[in-house]
Amino acid sequence: MDPLEVARWQFGITTVYHFLMVPLTIGLGIVLVAMQTAWHRTGKEQYLRMTKFWGKIFMINFIMGVATGLVQEFQFGMAWSEYSRFVGDVFGAPLAMEALIAFFLESVFIGIWVFGWGRVRPRVHLTVLWLAVAGSVVSAYFILAANAFMQHPVGVEYVDGRAQMVDFWAVMTNPTLLVHFPHTIFGALAVAGSMLLGIGWYHLWKRRKEGIDTVDKHGYVVVGSTGSKARDEVDYKGWRSSFRWGGWIAIVAFLGTAFTGHTQAQMMIQQQPLKMAAAEAACHDGTGFSLLSVASRDGEGATTCNDVVGVFEIPGLLSFLAHNDFTTPVEGVNSLIPQYEEAFGTHLPDDPRYGERAGSEIEYLPIMEVTYWGFRLMITFGGIAAVAAALGLWIGRKGTVPHDKTLMNMAWLSILAPFAANSAGWIFTEMGRQPFTVAPNPDPTGVDQVWQYTAAAVSPGVTGQEIVFSLAALTLIYALLLVVEVVLLVRYTKGGHPAGMPELLADEDTDDDDHKPSSDVLSFAY
Amino acid sequence: MEFLPTLWFILIAVLWIGYLVLDGFDLGVGMLMKVWAKNESQRRVLLNSIGPVWDGNEVWLVTAAGATFAAFPHWYASMFAGLYIPLTLALLALILRAVSIEYRGKSHSQTARNLWTWAMAGGSFVAAFTIGAMLALTTTGLPLNEYGDRVGGPFAWFNGWAVLGGLAVVGISLAQGWAFLSLKTLGAPRLAGNRQLRRYLPLYFLPAATWAILVVMRYPKVPSWGMLTVAAVGLVLAWGASSRRKEGLTFTGMVVFIVFGVGAIFTALYPNVLPSTINEAYNLTVTTASSSDYTLTVMAIVTAIFFPLVLAYSVWSYWVFRQRLGEQHIPESVVVTPV
Repeated sequence: MDPLEVARWQFGITTVYHFLMVPLTIGLGIVLVAMQTAWHRTGKEQYLRMTKFWGKIFMINFIMGVATGLVQEFQFGMAWSEYSRFVGDVFGAPLAMEALIAFFLESVFIGIWVFGWGRVRPRVHLTVLWLAVAGSVVSAYFILAANAFMQHPVGVEYVDGRAQMVDFWAVMTNPTLLVHFPHTIFGALAVAGSMLLGIGWYHLWKRRKEGIDTVDKHGYVVVGSTGSKARDEVDYKGWRSSFRWGGWIAIVAFLGTAFTGHTQAQMMIQQQPLKMAAAEAACHDGTGFSLLSVASRDGEGATTCNDVVGVFEIPGLLSFLAHNDFTTPVEGVNSLIPQYEEAFGTHLPDDPRYGERAGSEIEYLPIMEVTYWGFRLMITFGGIAAVAAALGLWIGRKGTVPHDKTLMNMAWLSILAPFAANSAGWIFTEMGRQPFTVAPNPDPTGVDQVWQYTAAAVSPGVTGQEIVFSLAALTLIYALLLVVEVVLLVRYTKGGHPAGMPELLADEDTDDDDHKPSSDVLSFAY
Repeated sequence: MEFLPTLWFILIAVLWIGYLVLDGFDLGVGMLMKVWAKNESQRRVLLNSIGPVWDGNEVWLVTAAGATFAAFPHWYASMFAGLYIPLTLALLALILRAVSIEYRGKSHSQTARNLWTWAMAGGSFVAAFTIGAMLALTTTGLPLNEYGDRVGGPFAWFNGWAVLGGLAVVGISLAQGWAFLSLKTLGAPRLAGNRQLRRYLPLYFLPAATWAILVVMRYPKVPSWGMLTVAAVGLVLAWGASSRRKEGLTFTGMVVFIVFGVGAIFTALYPNVLPSTINEAYNLTVTTASSSDYTLTVMAIVTAIFFPLVLAYSVWSYWVFRQRLGEQHIPESVVVTPV
């Protein structure tokens, strides 16, 4: 087993998996803050029910983010010890600060929030949630600072064969980070928005299906009630708000990702031109954006760049995306590779630290199928989510959704789109950075030699078997836990507002004002 | 003595000690959910006693790892790559354990709950053991070559120190778990905690004390012996207090033991951070393993601002949940059915 290949698979699998949970934590966290704040300010019960219901969904997912995040803190040292040694001076700092500043905040206050209903004053309880979610958002900033350094190293000098931080401020205000961060937050909000929209849709649909809500002759909703608190008018208001909030959040989030993504792409052409060219499968310099390119495969199996044929291109669009005009050509792979070869050599150094790879030829071109399709799938899935949101809002404009099974299934599916877009985007940007872990800064003021080949990053002392073992064990556990998480998410989704407030069912036969739960019993317990 | 690397060595020791003190009782309570609790309501009392605080406690571990990465990249790289297998086991255990805490109460069937109890107890045990083994090995060393890379294959780290360290942290965790239960619960767990500590407290700390004494004998230093003496006083105090049913004092004495016992170990280790068992020249020391002064300074400033804040709001969270928990406080388990 080649440790490098296995280690790369492991990093990819564990990180993409972790990032299924992270955007939902961040996005839903922000939404939860809005819900509980709305409840605090208006006192309307639907906001309380929303807070409690979405709080459950949040926690089912949150814990998985916490658990899989543990691996992230350790695996650089485990499988990528040479990477850790090379960049630890600058890369470790944001990780340590993320833990100290963000994770403590997030973890301590989420604990108080979950168990604190009725234990601390409502105002304090709301503040606690604000702080916990602030922790999540701040953690995103720190970890993206670390990632932005890998994409575009700044604030360092090359000293004694290692990257040494000389300007912390530069690392924390890396221009790459400044667009990375909003892009990621909008991506997280897209996930939360689609989730709200889809689940809100489900309950509005269920109420229609069960004949609780009906429509008048103009198609406007006539809200009904079963007499139970589980399906009363407040229940309706809650789902309508979740649905509408979700739709608008998804649309705003899509626009946000599009604008920040555009800036990112322009920056990428400056910072990592080969990544962008590979995303375009653009072999020759050009101005057109390829909607579809295909490559003929020869008998050897490998596709060379020149086999790629653009099937349908929009003239000028690529130049617009890159330079905001329609004529300046964007450099293709064929002009870029010689530039890289001139700057960094054609072969890996004959250094024993490269193991069997020492002296072998360097493939500067990332795997083009991955970058090309990763880039397009990200945009496509993001677009699907936004179109679904706009369509959903329009269909639901009269206060409810049609009693239609096909639309319901589409609403379910649309929940998955932003998850797929996030994964595709990360796979694109990380695979597109290859063959580097730390991509060279093309404008190297002081950072001339601060870049590293992935082949030089892996742990020299760790055997392939060890990494195979951890990869197999982690993948197995992750797969099992994903099933459990989805089962629980579905169970709580179907449980509706009472899943977050069991008292909605328990209270049915008693008069509200007389019934107070014994103060001795915890309002929530595991 | 270099000031900044030494300061960071101390801070990392503080993080590890904080982790052992705080997550120690989480891990202990986790193990006791299987080992001691006899029925569902006892298990839920145990689980909920740590419910609001365990996640914050685990961040001490994450911060220890992150701070090691930032302040001593070579220590971070050599230790975690060298201890690949035990660290993988620790991570798997911590993952299962974390998820079981949240998902156990959300499972409907008794079978599922039993599985989660096993995940919690087994995960807590494996995590405590492997983390103890790794801590012990960073004090006694790994077979590292001149580059700091482990040689000798996936199990080259395994020796008696690993077992001793593993037992030490399992023992500390169990004792901490009992002490926490006697402070934070009512009824059976509290009584059991008091009884266990009154009878067996020194036994729980025996592997830890052995580890500390052996390490200090290996690298004898006056301050280490001094700290060991204080640790011993803490232990005597704790045991004495336990027979007089002074729960707060028992816990305090145990914390004194952990702080000064582990403190003595780290002090003995200094200036090494991770010795090489092949050649002393390959030892990683606070100077050879550390980051630049610039990085250490930035990190020190950030820590000076935020660490006191973390301590303040962590203490507040314990204040909020100061109430003792008994079976009468546990609501009926929630069964979520489709509306």
